[in-house]
Amino acid sequence: MSKVVSTSYPDVVRRLMKMHYQSKTGHLGGNLSALRMLLVLYRDILQPKDQFVLSKGHAAGALYVTLWSKGLLSDLDLESFHKDNTLLSGHPPAEGIPSVLFATGSLGHGLGLASGLALSKKLQRDTGVVYCLTSDGEWNEGSTWESLIFGCRHKLDNLCVLVDLNGLQGFGTTNDVSGIRSLRDKIESFGAHTVEIDGHDEAEIAEALRLPAGDAPRFIVARTVKGKGVSFMENKMEWHYLPMTDEQYAQAMAEVESS
Amino acid sequence: MRRAFCDSLVRNSHRDEFVFLTGDLGYGALEPLRASLGARFINAGVAEQNMVSVAAGMARNGTRPWVYSIAPFLYARAFEQIRNDVCMHRLPVVMVGNGGGYGYGVMGATHHALEDYGVLLTLSGMRVMIPAFDSDVPSVVDQLFATSSPTYLRLGLSEEPKGWSTPPFAGWRKMCSGSKGTIVAVGPLAGGLWGLCESLASHERPNLWCVSELPINELPKMFLEDVRGTAVLCVAEEHVASGSVGSSLASQLGAIGCWPKRFVQRLAIGYPSGRYGSQQFHRRECGLDPAAILASVD
Repeated sequence: MSKVVSTSYPDVVRRLMKMHYQSKTGHLGGNLSALRMLLVLYRDILQPKDQFVLSKGHAAGALYVTLWSKGLLSDLDLESFHKDNTLLSGHPPAEGIPSVLFATGSLGHGLGLASGLALSKKLQRDTGVVYCLTSDGEWNEGSTWESLIFGCRHKLDNLCVLVDLNGLQGFGTTNDVSGIRSLRDKIESFGAHTVEIDGHDEAEIAEALRLPAGDAPRFIVARTVKGKGVSFMENKMEWHYLPMTDEQYAQAMAEVESS
Repeated sequence: MRRAFCDSLVRNSHRDEFVFLTGDLGYGALEPLRASLGARFINAGVAEQNMVSVAAGMARNGTRPWVYSIAPFLYARAFEQIRNDVCMHRLPVVMVGNGGGYGYGVMGATHHALEDYGVLLTLSGMRVMIPAFDSDVPSVVDQLFATSSPTYLRLGLSEEPKGWSTPPFAGWRKMCSGSKGTIVAVGPLAGGLWGLCESLASHERPNLWCVSELPINELPKMFLEDVRGTAVLCVAEEHVASGSVGSSLASQLGAIGCWPKRFVQRLAIGYPSGRYGSQQFHRRECGLDPAAILASVD
């Protein structure tokens, strides 16, 4: 039986900072844009029959600390993050963590995997909802659109997708790189049910996740800020990559403390 | 071979865990399966990457997915999905590539599968089945329902001489015995050779082996005796040199010190004339027609 450590956002975000600081690991920006959604999902929503796929595998750190908050990973596990002989690789592993169903990291896979989980549940007349978190950058991938078409065609009403709309991707803004604007409208045009929320507002996240299923997949397009909560990281593309210096870590922890 | 394939799957359609996904292909062949499986027959559309990811997700929840397309649309288009989603998780997804080698003939190079099993066998846990005859298919299908590993099934045309009775399926089968060299043919390529070899006087015949299962784990003792007892070993396959059965066989024979006196490979070498034609045309261009293969052990 797992023992809940702490499900308060400040505790979890501090643990994320510490883990990334100690391992000198980047990807913090996209972890901070997604963390609140992961926490609400795991703390308030997921039931034993539900399943989750982290399609934006570069937010592995946020997933790991969320699992830690629920007692599904230990402090010792987190201490090993990104080091030799760890289970906690920079992107979720294929095996070794029961609550991680799939190795992800190459973008454009998670929505198809989640669709397969959802379709198999329907065919097997099984209950439970399949949740998936995508980045916005991975909507550059054709395979993600293939999965959207498939999910709508097969009326996967047991599939609920969060889209982390932080507006920044690997080497530019999402608008500059792909020119895709109004992602919500485009997703909706395929027949999905959509809602747009503030991805850092716990009440809005929970409310959207609790919306009743219709006859199609649900997409929650969540406006977020890359690097949310740390002034020098917010909306800065470089925090997709950079590790924190000692001074930056101290400042980041102080800002999280005071917020 | 598609009819035998469809019949065998229909026979297994009572299995609740069996789901079949097609990349919008199968017209004129898979209709009976669609009727038999109902909702478990899924046309995933012209979207092979998603189809493979969906299959992996379904397998993760206990179903047994088979995915089907023209061979290169599957193994080449969706390679990363096969690698990451299926093989990294060791999921029992069967990937069916129709038209192995030059099977799609004059349809052109985009439809040919000349590097399929070589590419796929680089992936951890991958198994490849290449039935040679229609009569192999029921046994292969039954085996694949029992396997727990990712598998690629390369379908081609059954080429046994008309009216001949084919031997039961096995990964290695000796089709013909002789003294004039030893030939290994991969999958359906063995059929035409078999007919030609049997038409020869006994002293003109080679040993002919048909290989239908990869990777090669263990070499039959009788095959090793044939290699040692003849002057030349020829491996013939509709596949490029890299990742070929011939390369694998050479390294395995070397590892056990069983060196053939002479070693010849007959391979798919692409489009040497820059012209397109039937499967037989391309085989002739590559020296993969039965007469040319036989001549290589002279």
